[in-house]
Amino acid sequence: MFLLEQVVNGLVLGGYYLLIALGLSLIFSVGGVVNLAHGAFYALGAYASVEIAKHLGFGSAVILSPVAVAMLGILFERFILRRFYTADPILSLLVTFGLAMVAEQSIRVIWGAAPLSASMPDALRGPVILGNFLFSRYRLTLLAIVAVVLLGVWLLLHKTSFGRVVRAGIQRPDMVAALGIRLQPYMTTIVMLGVGMAALGGALFAPITGVHPAMGAEIITVAFVVVVIGGLGSFWGVVLAALLVGVVRGVTIHYVAAAGEASIYILMFLVLLFRPRGLLGERIEKFE
Amino acid sequence: MTSNSRRSVLKGAAAIAGASALGLPMIARAQSDKIKIGHLTPLTGFLGALGEYAVMGLRIAEEEINKAGGIMGRQLEVMSEDSVNPATAATKAQRMLERDGAVVLMGEISSASALTISQVAARNSRLFMSIGARSDVLRGKNCNKYTFHVDIPNTVMVNAVGKALLRDNLVRGKKFFSLTADYVFGHDLLRAAKAFFAANQGNLIGDELVATDVTDFSPYLVKVRQANPDVVCSNLAGNQVTNLIKQYAEFGLPYPIVGFNLNTADAWAAGEGNLSGTWPTVWHHDIDTPGSKAFVSTFTKKHGKPPENHAWIEYVSLKMMAQAMSETRSTDSATLIAHFEKQAEFDILKARKGWFRAWDHQLMQEAYPFSVKPRGQARDKWDFLALGAAVPGAGESLEILAPTREQNPCTM
Repeated sequence: MFLLEQVVNGLVLGGYYLLIALGLSLIFSVGGVVNLAHGAFYALGAYASVEIAKHLGFGSAVILSPVAVAMLGILFERFILRRFYTADPILSLLVTFGLAMVAEQSIRVIWGAAPLSASMPDALRGPVILGNFLFSRYRLTLLAIVAVVLLGVWLLLHKTSFGRVVRAGIQRPDMVAALGIRLQPYMTTIVMLGVGMAALGGALFAPITGVHPAMGAEIITVAFVVVVIGGLGSFWGVVLAALLVGVVRGVTIHYVAAAGEASIYILMFLVLLFRPRGLLGERIEKFE
Repeated sequence: MTSNSRRSVLKGAAAIAGASALGLPMIARAQSDKIKIGHLTPLTGFLGALGEYAVMGLRIAEEEINKAGGIMGRQLEVMSEDSVNPATAATKAQRMLERDGAVVLMGEISSASALTISQVAARNSRLFMSIGARSDVLRGKNCNKYTFHVDIPNTVMVNAVGKALLRDNLVRGKKFFSLTADYVFGHDLLRAAKAFFAANQGNLIGDELVATDVTDFSPYLVKVRQANPDVVCSNLAGNQVTNLIKQYAEFGLPYPIVGFNLNTADAWAAGEGNLSGTWPTVWHHDIDTPGSKAFVSTFTKKHGKPPENHAWIEYVSLKMMAQAMSETRSTDSATLIAHFEKQAEFDILKARKGWFRAWDHQLMQEAYPFSVKPRGQARDKWDFLALGAAVPGAGESLEILAPTREQNPCTM
């Protein structure tokens, strides 16, 4: 029973990892770029939400902050990321890693190293006990928002002509080009979407964790682990991996608390050992 | 000329330019008449926010000392760097002594880094004033002749809060569940907490180690609820405490929470409405002495916010160091150590003066418990903490909360 409670709690936590990891996975799958600056957008989302919440309240902050950061994402794609789609992967790794450091230091210069305090609306505070399981009301709300976003992204990718081009672009970019379709505007949209989701994660998590300059670096590692475990090009792979990582961490903490953070890396190691393409990863020619 | 040889010419030129850039300032520096102090503190990582306050406080002291004519007519120059981690801290400390001309070392918040720096200081026979590190082992098992400790040790923090808990009947026969930072400081604090519980019939029913990079505490909170304790007890550090407090309020657990370590910056970050319980501190900006008031006013004017306890402690530490140098008319480590060991008294902006205890080099000073003001009473976002009366009380010896000779295995 106690263990089951940790499993359920882990699933909730996984929902939050998902928000960060899905965007990272999409950018990776379509552009072939590991965006190490993804965490920076998460941090910017949190900082922007704190600033906006001061004037317009929490609700507006959660909506406006991701929109603002998504706009920044367009510039990021247009002027930086675009140059590296076909280049040696090490270059894009270096440039996005560098950007992440520049972003972290810029935050430190603008807002200072001391963490900012962000609070949640009183209506969302407090516990919900469902069948003797403990939940936080805030996290259940968060989970509902993640579910809506997830549904939106799934519909976009699988039920629209936009999604068809993107999925084709993941598998056979050359063929898409041969059909006379330019992938670049699609890529801009994907980056905007991914970065916006990361910022939404930052805005939603600001009230429950510290808003501080290094918060982006903290999240990027976990998000990257989720992407690797889930496998490239697979929507459900990322979903499954995020939930799995949340559950494995919770269950490990239940037994050996000190090993909680290490457990997700051990999980990644095992998955890579037996399924080098990740749990549901597809065979993608350009990455083979 | 072939391109190859041209390249080697360019390389040579670059090497010369590089060597002169590195070499010349060193000669220039060696001739300068400034008194140099090497200062290390974490500016990144989970203690980075505290380190930022530390440097702010330090710089104010440096400015004031230099404006007042320096030390023995010489200006003071504090070289301050990010200590990063224990290994880097040791490397930088060695470099500051060997190459940069530092006469003494100061700083630190991380107990792990303070330990490695204190070893460097001992190897080089130089004074290290460990300012913000609180582990008992630093002034106990790992103490040495060259290291002095300004901040209150873990045992004092536990006893300061413990007194308030005993008063509120929250110890005897109560079930405690603790969360402990998984590094030397947390382990050390847990040891002090266990000693306190054992001495006062408190019952520790569970303890979980928490890695320093943990941001999500939900699995731990689920475990706490499953254990159903009477009191939850935090032995965490830095950002960890902020995250725990926020998420504790988020989950709305019914058990009172107390903690044996919380810096004001982390309390401020947790925010009003999230924080509850009783905690210890070494200083707070509401302390009602002329010295503290003047410092708070200078700091607030400069930085637009009140100082945190690490800003205060760096400020008084540099002032103590400068005073010791002026009084002995020396920057020599052995002379300064002898002066501190004479238990010379220093104004540390509190009601009572502080002095370093000769046998374990620990600064004897007052500490304070604090709790949280009722909602709506705070004047601003830095004002929601309610400072308790100083411990030990006015009539008591400053040593009653500190580890005794029997408890503290320090031999120099």
